[in-house]
Amino acid sequence: MDNWNLLSIITFLPLVGALFILLIPQNNNTSSERNSKSVALWTSLITFLISLLLLIGFDTSDPSFQFVERIVIADGLMTYQLGVDGFSLVFIILTTFLIPFCILISWDSIKDRVESYMIAFLVLETLIIGTFSSLDIILFYLFFESVLIPMFIIIGVWGGQRKVYSAFKFFLYTLLGSILMLAAIIYLYINTGSTEILLINERLNINISTQNILWLAFFSSFAVKLPMWPVHTWLPDAHVEAPTAGSVILAAILLKMGGYGFLRFSLPFFPDASLFFAPLIFILSIVAIIYTSLVAFVQTDMKKLIAYSSVAHMGFVTLGIFTFNSQGIQGAVFQMFSHGLISAALFMCIGIVYERLHTRLISDYGGLVSNMPHFAVFFMLFTMANIALPGTSGFIGEFLTIIATFKVSVIAAVLAASGVILSAVYGLFLYKNMFFGQITNEAIEILKDLNNREKLILIPLAFLVIFFGLYPSPIINLISSSSENLVDILNLTLNDNLSLELKK
Amino acid sequence: MNLIFENIIFLSSEIILILTALILLMLGAFKKKNSAKIVIYFSFIILIFLSFLEILIPWNSVNIFNNSITQNGFTRLVKAMIYFSSSFAIILSARWLIKYDDKAFEYPILILFSVLGMSLMVSANDLITLYLAIELQSLPLYVLASFKRDNAESSEAGVKYFVLGALSSSLFLFGSSLVYGFSGSIEFDGIYNNIQALETNTAIIIGLVFILSGLIFKISAVPFHMWTPDVYQGSATPVTAFFATAPKLTALCMLINILYGPLSGMQESWYQIVFFVSMASIALGTFSAIRQTNIKRLLAYSSIAHMGFALIGLLSFPNFDGVQSLLIYMLIYLATTLGVFSCIISLEISEGESINEINDLSGISKKFPFTAFTMAMFMFSYAGIPPLGGFFAKYFIFRSAIESGLIFLSIFGLLLSVVGAFYYIRIIKLMYFDEPKTIITKSLSKSLSFTNIVCIIFIVFFIFIITIAPITELTKNAAIALGN
Repeated sequence: MDNWNLLSIITFLPLVGALFILLIPQNNNTSSERNSKSVALWTSLITFLISLLLLIGFDTSDPSFQFVERIVIADGLMTYQLGVDGFSLVFIILTTFLIPFCILISWDSIKDRVESYMIAFLVLETLIIGTFSSLDIILFYLFFESVLIPMFIIIGVWGGQRKVYSAFKFFLYTLLGSILMLAAIIYLYINTGSTEILLINERLNINISTQNILWLAFFSSFAVKLPMWPVHTWLPDAHVEAPTAGSVILAAILLKMGGYGFLRFSLPFFPDASLFFAPLIFILSIVAIIYTSLVAFVQTDMKKLIAYSSVAHMGFVTLGIFTFNSQGIQGAVFQMFSHGLISAALFMCIGIVYERLHTRLISDYGGLVSNMPHFAVFFMLFTMANIALPGTSGFIGEFLTIIATFKVSVIAAVLAASGVILSAVYGLFLYKNMFFGQITNEAIEILKDLNNREKLILIPLAFLVIFFGLYPSPIINLISSSSENLVDILNLTLNDNLSLELKK
Repeated sequence: MNLIFENIIFLSSEIILILTALILLMLGAFKKKNSAKIVIYFSFIILIFLSFLEILIPWNSVNIFNNSITQNGFTRLVKAMIYFSSSFAIILSARWLIKYDDKAFEYPILILFSVLGMSLMVSANDLITLYLAIELQSLPLYVLASFKRDNAESSEAGVKYFVLGALSSSLFLFGSSLVYGFSGSIEFDGIYNNIQALETNTAIIIGLVFILSGLIFKISAVPFHMWTPDVYQGSATPVTAFFATAPKLTALCMLINILYGPLSGMQESWYQIVFFVSMASIALGTFSAIRQTNIKRLLAYSSIAHMGFALIGLLSFPNFDGVQSLLIYMLIYLATTLGVFSCIISLEISEGESINEINDLSGISKKFPFTAFTMAMFMFSYAGIPPLGGFFAKYFIFRSAIESGLIFLSIFGLLLSVVGAFYYIRIIKLMYFDEPKTIITKSLSKSLSFTNIVCIIFIVFFIFIITIAPITELTKNAAIALGN
């Protein structure tokens, strides 16, 4: 299967679908809208099915990149080089899995410019898969930055009331973060004479102070994207104003680009600087976990609450990555994967009630359980998963991360564990206020429970959340050899440094 | 006599150009009906032909006419770019011109003369030829600025441009006389050799400063940028499209010719000036553009900022990689600018009158999805968002800067490009997020759509084009030719 260019097909198939939608004649409004929706849905489903071929062909024991394709573009500028290892495969599958749900969830809620909306999502899918699979640093930057264009349009055109402010904030914040990374990428190219990640890894030879500066440049981009405290403020705004599917994509996939960036670039390129800055990351992560959990507790807007909880959960991810042991890294990746499922599900749930009541204020709800019992069950499950109850996928990631942190720093582990309690506080608070108590809002009394389309969306997610909570090894197997490999690289430099110091 | 014939073959494109201009002038004068239309499309074809001629004929470096003119890979590539962009600037004006006055056949002919001046400017090899070429290039531009003769703003723009342009020419002339007086030569090679032989000479430095002032005026960089917004705003929009493209490229390349040629020995003197001008242009262009409400003023300030970015390419001297990045930067800048103007000109508030205010653009994505889409892509390209051409322009420029150790300037420029992104995406916000305010019609002009499509293809698929077309090799060869 190696010569099938499977990765290119998966990456660019959504783009072909987008072209198809462009070609649909737009004379009859309702039928062309329906056509574009089904083209988008089928394209994304087929992409998902093809991406499953990657899982079949992937050799989990091999830590190097697989399915590699390489074409030189414009001699010296960049190469078109794709490939996956365990980390990127997890995120690619997550992306291809979630995009059909995004299209389904917007099936009825998007009424304005449906064709453009579907095109924007398919283009976004191509760019995201490209980001996770590119093995050339310029190609990576191309995909990584291009994501801004469709996302800006999605928030700005189909967003809520303060959409313009949020779209601008999202765009400029992330652009500012990644522009410094561009400078660092150029420096890497000049230093190594190559843009290929593998060659840069081999040839990179810089002293520690340069490493620190470059690390900070990459950090500025990934920290904004992830987002880490204190550069997280764009996220609640963007989440609140984006349409449901936009929030899902943001929380479930776009945030993971930051974590992926740390794993793919910061750690292997700049191991010394990563070790040097690990305490800083620890502090920021702990602050993120505790502080944003507290902030989430006082929110009156449901989407904002989930957005802040995302920031808190991403704190576990950075914590895990910078423990530099394979348990922590596996925990971080698993946490990203499971957060991708859980936050997507939660935002979809909010979207479902928002479509019915058109309000996001928690105080407008109450007593939902009497009219929407099925919905209450699903929401309960996802809230529990968000709290990291054992038996759900959220537990595995946070548990692994906290154990790994405990080996490095006891205080950090204790503080991080307290974050789990705080997440229970705001999670249960949200659930209680929405589902129990007196019905204060008359509109709630006539609400209908989930329809079949909504059940179709929530059941697979609920199944996976429980499945990976009880049986996490498929994911852990995928990433174990890659994470071992990464830890080996880090240990190697650590030992080198130790022996250098001994020689002195 | 034989010598002249041997030399004249190297000037074939200029000679074709001047013959075309003269024949078309005759044609326009004697044939009254539809003259503007014929002249426009004929000059378009000739310019396209010449640009391919310049690229395809063998690239030998020669000095002709007693060293007063030089032809090498660099001048040929730049000339091809000038011809190509001017040809599109001419057809951009087709509809407007025919609507405005269908007997105004002088318009394309003025552009042809100006293009002739530009092509001599980049190939000039002594100060006198250079000065004559500058004047030949500028005089038609003054006329073009005031071409809407029944419009007060246009006349004002013409007068302003003329007075300030004449001042800058005189500064240039004064500087040249100082350089000539103290180095004893008007030829570039002679000046170079004599400057090498001399100790540091204050008078030549003063001359250098005056020459630079004159040239910086032409590329509208800070501190000689004040004319740009007014002239851009006052002139007819198609004329602005021409001002924003070929003359900028020409002046920039002439700057390279002079600084890398005769004055390359005085690098430490001009280096600081260019450094300052580049930084100041980026900063002023970026911050001033934020407050603009007139779309042409906004583009004027944005072009000031872009000139600042392009000048960074000059700073990698004595490494010639910077020239390559500068040429690529200008190529993408030309395509984006022509594309933007093709969108603006095609949107009309009344018959033959294109939009002026930025707010006129609000909500056009509903009515004209394709125009709005292309405009959005051009704006993202200006802002340097990948995968559009503008990103690669920035990438090449900053790569050459970081290679020459200009880390601070690069970070400064990159950060300000984020500020610049603000006003570019504000236009996208107007087009996509807002509701329509003014009633806008779209002119169905084939030449406008053609330009628009050519530019959008170039910008969006730049990554493929640079793979297939030998852009990097051409620019690299040009830079190497300049180095020899």
